[in-house]
Amino acid sequence: MIASYFQNMPEIMTRAIVVGTLVSLCASLLGVTLVLKRYSMIGDGLSHVGFGALAIATVLHVGKASMAVSLPIVMLAAFMLMWLTEKRRMQGDAAIAVLSTGAIAVGTLLFRFSDNQYQDICNSLFGTASMALLSDTDMWITVGVSVAVIMLFILFYTRIFSVTFDTNFAKATGVHVGAYSMMLAALTAVTVVIGMKMVGAIMVSGLIIFPALSAMRVAKRFRSVMITSAALSLFCFFAGFFLSLLIEAQPGPAIIAVHVLSFLVCSFIGALKTRIRARKTRSIVVEPPCKAER
Amino acid sequence: MALITFESVGLSYGGDNVAHDVSFSVQSGEFWGIIGENGSGKTTLMKALLGLIPCASGRIVLGDGLKPNEIGYLPQSSVIQKDFPASVDEVVLSGTIGWRGMKPFYGKKERALARKNMEMLGILPIAKKSYQELSGGQQQRVLLARALCATRKCLVLDEPTTGLDPVVTAEFYRLLNTVNQNGMTIIMVSHDVEEAVRSCTHILHLSCHPLYIGTAAEYKNSPIGRKYLKETAL
Repeated sequence: MIASYFQNMPEIMTRAIVVGTLVSLCASLLGVTLVLKRYSMIGDGLSHVGFGALAIATVLHVGKASMAVSLPIVMLAAFMLMWLTEKRRMQGDAAIAVLSTGAIAVGTLLFRFSDNQYQDICNSLFGTASMALLSDTDMWITVGVSVAVIMLFILFYTRIFSVTFDTNFAKATGVHVGAYSMMLAALTAVTVVIGMKMVGAIMVSGLIIFPALSAMRVAKRFRSVMITSAALSLFCFFAGFFLSLLIEAQPGPAIIAVHVLSFLVCSFIGALKTRIRARKTRSIVVEPPCKAER
Repeated sequence: MALITFESVGLSYGGDNVAHDVSFSVQSGEFWGIIGENGSGKTTLMKALLGLIPCASGRIVLGDGLKPNEIGYLPQSSVIQKDFPASVDEVVLSGTIGWRGMKPFYGKKERALARKNMEMLGILPIAKKSYQELSGGQQQRVLLARALCATRKCLVLDEPTTGLDPVVTAEFYRLLNTVNQNGMTIIMVSHDVEEAVRSCTHILHLSCHPLYIGTAAEYKNSPIGRKYLKETAL
């Protein structure tokens, strides 16, 4: 397999890089809002639903267009989770736990009917061995929806900020907060489904949460957090992807591993920044009386 | 016509009746203090005015061309996450969201208004600073500037001085009085009875239903006002 991989290098590389870039951008932009709204676990829950949805797609033998099946299922689950959380019909974290373990159980049972059970489960959980396995249909779906996600994000940027920062204020000034929550749920569902192909169901929430968390360690303005998050996500994708080629490993775990590393580096820089700032303010407070004594 | 009229408004919160028969009207330029003990329904009344919850009975009528989304709101500072990454100007600009339509980005008009309000409240020098690194008093001014960006007519404040030290509190009330004298109608929910009586023009003393509605000067000399002021002074 590795041999054929290198034979078709140019086409595979372009495909992987285009998809990877778009997915990384989507995940990083969305991640900031999800983390700040304390919705990180929704992304995680949805990824498990995605695993179940992939199982359904496999059993239905729609292999080439698996996303056409998994997208609506995951989106439905996202709306349901958001509705349960907002209406407080059920505790959000409990709802997520129930939904995600249920989806894993049903999914694993369904994979029983696939011709290639273990390979399929492995691919769904940890990402395809190479992104060349992405079918044409899936690739175009990925490109289409990720461009849509990025566009929506840019168009609604100021409103998303307002709703995330202070929901009540946004509501009082006439923003349809409910509609934005649902949009956020839909965007998360989309990002989980397209990201899952790249890094697998288990790790896709890392793709969403890591860049946002790392960016928040070093940047303190909303816009710079967004930009840093996007930049970090792209960097980690490229570094992880080429690392995976170098050591002939799956790209998914390699990308997430680089994310972990970048989070550690950002945390260190953030701590250093805070310390320097603290020292600066302390010296400002202390200086005047010293001068007075002289 | 009055700016805001409450017509025998009744409110419930989580199935419980928290206020009933609240009728009063606010004229342009007045500064109302809504006071009362915890659970007296004052915060719920304010939420109904902002349209965050519906009235269980009665209605709230807006006059003088005031639209529901043209009320500037200053929430308790505790509702905002302490670690939210946002700069002062980003927060203030977000106040313009209600009236600038579907435009995706802030234009010159929005930036000019934000600048004007930041200048008036003395936070222009810290416009690029991060909100999370400010002191409580500075954060409150930022939220006030945001509320001023949302409205030209009416401000609603929810316990604006909770957690501020006395010096900063006095300064904040001075700012509010300036804003009020420039023609802004203010409705403030407050624990701080003494300060409310000193700064406000009118008082609504709520205890599930109104115990007093009228001017602040008369409240001070009314039996209920004297009693409450004495109790809270201890």
